[in-house]
Amino acid sequence: MQRRVAVIGIGYTPFRPISPDLSFKEMMFEAAQKAYEDAGVCPRHDIDAFVTCEEDFTHGRSIFNIHTPDNIGAVLKRIHTLPAESLYGLADAYMLINTGLVDVMAVESHSKASNMLTPNYLIAHAMDPVYNKPLSYNPYFIAGMEMNRYMHERGVTKEQCALVSVKNKANALLNPEAAYGDRISVDDVLNSEMMFWPLSRLDMSSPADGGIVLVLACEEKARILCDKPIWVRGVGWCSDAPSLETREWGEAVYARLAGEMAYRLAGIEHPRKEVDFAEVDDSFSYKELQHLEALKLCRSGQAGFMVEEGATKREGEFPVNVSGGSLGVGRLDEATGLQKVLEVVLQLRGEAGKRQLPNIKVGLAQSWRGLPANSGAVAILSNE
Amino acid sequence: MTENIKVWPGTPLSEKDIKEKRILVTEWQPNLKYAWDAGIGYGRYFAELKKGRIVGTRCDKCRRVLLPARVFCEWCFRTVDAWVHLQDTGTVNTFSVAYTGTAAERLKEPLIPALIEIDGSGGVAIMHLISEVDPWKVKMGMRVRAVWKPEQEREGAITDIAYWKPI
Ligand SMILES: [Zn+2]
Repeated sequence: MQRRVAVIGIGYTPFRPISPDLSFKEMMFEAAQKAYEDAGVCPRHDIDAFVTCEEDFTHGRSIFNIHTPDNIGAVLKRIHTLPAESLYGLADAYMLINTGLVDVMAVESHSKASNMLTPNYLIAHAMDPVYNKPLSYNPYFIAGMEMNRYMHERGVTKEQCALVSVKNKANALLNPEAAYGDRISVDDVLNSEMMFWPLSRLDMSSPADGGIVLVLACEEKARILCDKPIWVRGVGWCSDAPSLETREWGEAVYARLAGEMAYRLAGIEHPRKEVDFAEVDDSFSYKELQHLEALKLCRSGQAGFMVEEGATKREGEFPVNVSGGSLGVGRLDEATGLQKVLEVVLQLRGEAGKRQLPNIKVGLAQSWRGLPANSGAVAILSNE
Repeated sequence: MTENIKVWPGTPLSEKDIKEKRILVTEWQPNLKYAWDAGIGYGRYFAELKKGRIVGTRCDKCRRVLLPARVFCEWCFRTVDAWVHLQDTGTVNTFSVAYTGTAAERLKEPLIPALIEIDGSGGVAIMHLISEVDPWKVKMGMRVRAVWKPEQEREGAITDIAYWKPI
């Protein structure tokens, strides 16, 4: 039995650099309460299963999954926690509903990035303890090396990367939930502090706090509960080899393969023609370009020209990261992927306010696990 | 079967081999620091402890008092209705006598962690420690009272109550 799956409810807290007014429990509660209200469901009676996406180390608690059920109405119900990027949680819900095991499921993820006082050390702790750790680098050098190799292989320039930051921070000015909207120039990016050549300060996203909950349902339930179900037409995910020594540095192969899986499930043969807009990972400016190529949303080596021509602007022919992306919204740790899905759903519902895109039917959300990972997921959503 | 084997195959390692780095040894001290946002629930709970008071919240739907204070009821999944001040006397629901510390060391004075149902709260309990009592004399149903730290030593923490002792 293969069943269609739809997003029927969304809830979120504003994305902000700090959030001292809410404990993580209160943040999860607020996002969940809004999502359930939006979906018109009671979590205690109507939701069959829950998944939350939190990594122990980012939240400073071991066995973090024990701290999640009460905050989202899942006490004494089926719930599991993925220590993974939150688009994987959406994929879990898709599978469980698609196969008929559950009818209605909630997906949660939140970021309390501001509570983590030593984030660089946390990423360093993820490095191979024998091969790489003793070299004592700040692990952001990985992004610098990757950007360098990507630019070299595809003939992309630092100016083209800078244009991504300019575009996404400008987009964020129209998103009231975004933390880092700004009007900056290419020169601002090029002249910003050099961090890890060729990566400058303004090529990098900054962390933000915020919680997101989605409610998904099978077609039968979605039709009853929801006026505007947004269908999940395909999901995909993929991980490359973890080792820095043998992974692919120029091309985001994980994104290409995750995309291929999602396109296959969605029945999409020509992504660029059949997808109307995308929210792709832009944790670093070059990542947006690298991911657009990997996802076949432009021809190989063309992503730099695409952003130069303005094609990926909000009013361009293929808008990318209209929400502001991670560069404009802020990077939400594991919740980053759900923020991408959230924007796609808002756009497809026609509820994106001042940044609403006209005449859209199919949107793509893509996530990257963040440093030092080279893995990620893709979801394709549609309003018909 | 093992008694027939005089010498096990392989290269045995001694502590000396590790200390003198005769094998590959790598050390790493994780540097992980956090500053959790207290928010509304924890925030007021600890502020009240500093004042020498235990505060909970009340859900009018399931008619429960919630402790530690939190802003939503996890059963009804709704925002709570009021703050309620609770007494600092109660009854032991369950307890253990801990003879071993976190590093598996033997404790000279065992700790007595206990779940204490607060008087007049309808069964809501606080997780704390019992002291000033012979561990063998602790019983379920035993009446206890909070022993607060002196006001100037309180810092807005669960340890502002030093322990609970029999009434
Ligand atoms: Zn209740």
